[in-house]
Amino acid sequence: MSTAALEVKPVDTAIQSFTVTFLIRRFDPDIDTEPRWQDFDVEMYATDRVLDALHKIKWEQDGSLTFRRSCAHGICGSDAMRINGRNRLACKTLIKDLDISKPIYVEAIKGLPLEKDLIVDMEPFFASFRDVQPFLIANSKAEPGKERVQSVAERERFDDTTKCILCAACTSSCPVFWTDGQYFGPAAIVNAHRFIFDSRDDAASVRLDILNDKEGVWRCRTTFNCTEACPRGIEVTKAIAEVKQAIMRGKP
Amino acid sequence: MTTIESPRAPARPAQRRGVNWEKWGWIYMRASGVVLIVLIFGHLFMNLMVGEGVKAIDFGFVGGKWAEPFWQWWDVLMLWLALIHGANGMRTLVNDYTNPGTVQKVLKGALFASAAVLIILGTLVVFTFEPCPAGAPADLLPSFCAA
Repeated sequence: MSTAALEVKPVDTAIQSFTVTFLIRRFDPDIDTEPRWQDFDVEMYATDRVLDALHKIKWEQDGSLTFRRSCAHGICGSDAMRINGRNRLACKTLIKDLDISKPIYVEAIKGLPLEKDLIVDMEPFFASFRDVQPFLIANSKAEPGKERVQSVAERERFDDTTKCILCAACTSSCPVFWTDGQYFGPAAIVNAHRFIFDSRDDAASVRLDILNDKEGVWRCRTTFNCTEACPRGIEVTKAIAEVKQAIMRGKP
Repeated sequence: MTTIESPRAPARPAQRRGVNWEKWGWIYMRASGVVLIVLIFGHLFMNLMVGEGVKAIDFGFVGGKWAEPFWQWWDVLMLWLALIHGANGMRTLVNDYTNPGTVQKVLKGALFASAAVLIILGTLVVFTFEPCPAGAPADLLPSFCAA
């Protein structure tokens, strides 16, 4: 009887960890002519993020793995990548939300020139962003010593599009942007929307003219890839539709 | 010392004044789509469900329809709206799947030519259709043509 009590196994209180396989699309411009898939096995907890896996790989397995990340908390917009075929921020994608019975595919975002591993050249993306003049252009002067007054409702009008962190997840998920890269892309339109519908701004017509271009809002096919990809939950397709409406009206 | 270029000089200037075909093309697709829903379902309802239904459709049925100006205009409107709608949709596909250049120009030219030919021929047929042409040999005429 007393031996049976001794045979009771100690309860395992340690948090369960899993071996997760990552398939990462590598490209080293000095060696490779074509990108190649490389697999890594990483010991992970359910609460870890894909970014933690990339860190573990870089720090413990292969120091040559190259990726961008800055704040690692979903606000700097550096680590947008294609995880299991969907554009996500690596720092906001938890292992528990992925199916770890299969390998997890990680690759760079599409439609922008691949530089190395998970890093793309963001310059074409920022060029479109600059083209829409994403800064306040006001003809009026604020009262001396005061800010420009805006009602709660006026602020609410463009609140959604102020959340953009320029991670390029939306633009690089857009099939129209993939074709020739001439389309302004959802992110540029979102940032134009932020100023077009700002009551303090006076250059809405300038921005609407810019987006009325052959490569402007009319190339949008409302596939909703951008809305689905946005890590900030911005209703991107809705914002583009509002800009289309504003162009047809000729004013915001 | 480096100076930062003025951000107010856009790399891509706003397009010059004039008709914006992309905008009107986009509006056309929406407007014609709504009208086409009515026209096409009306067409299907009249042809397939009213009266004897699908069994009634023959040479005489079409001839009878095109004897009335109402159905002539209905069919011509459907022809124009649908062909331009379809050709413009194909044009956006060409824009999306080819790079600017000769191939793209040829494809768009072919789309324009085929739509134009079909529209002109179709319009001609609807308005000049004569089921019992005068002076035709009697054995080629449909039975309902009174001699």
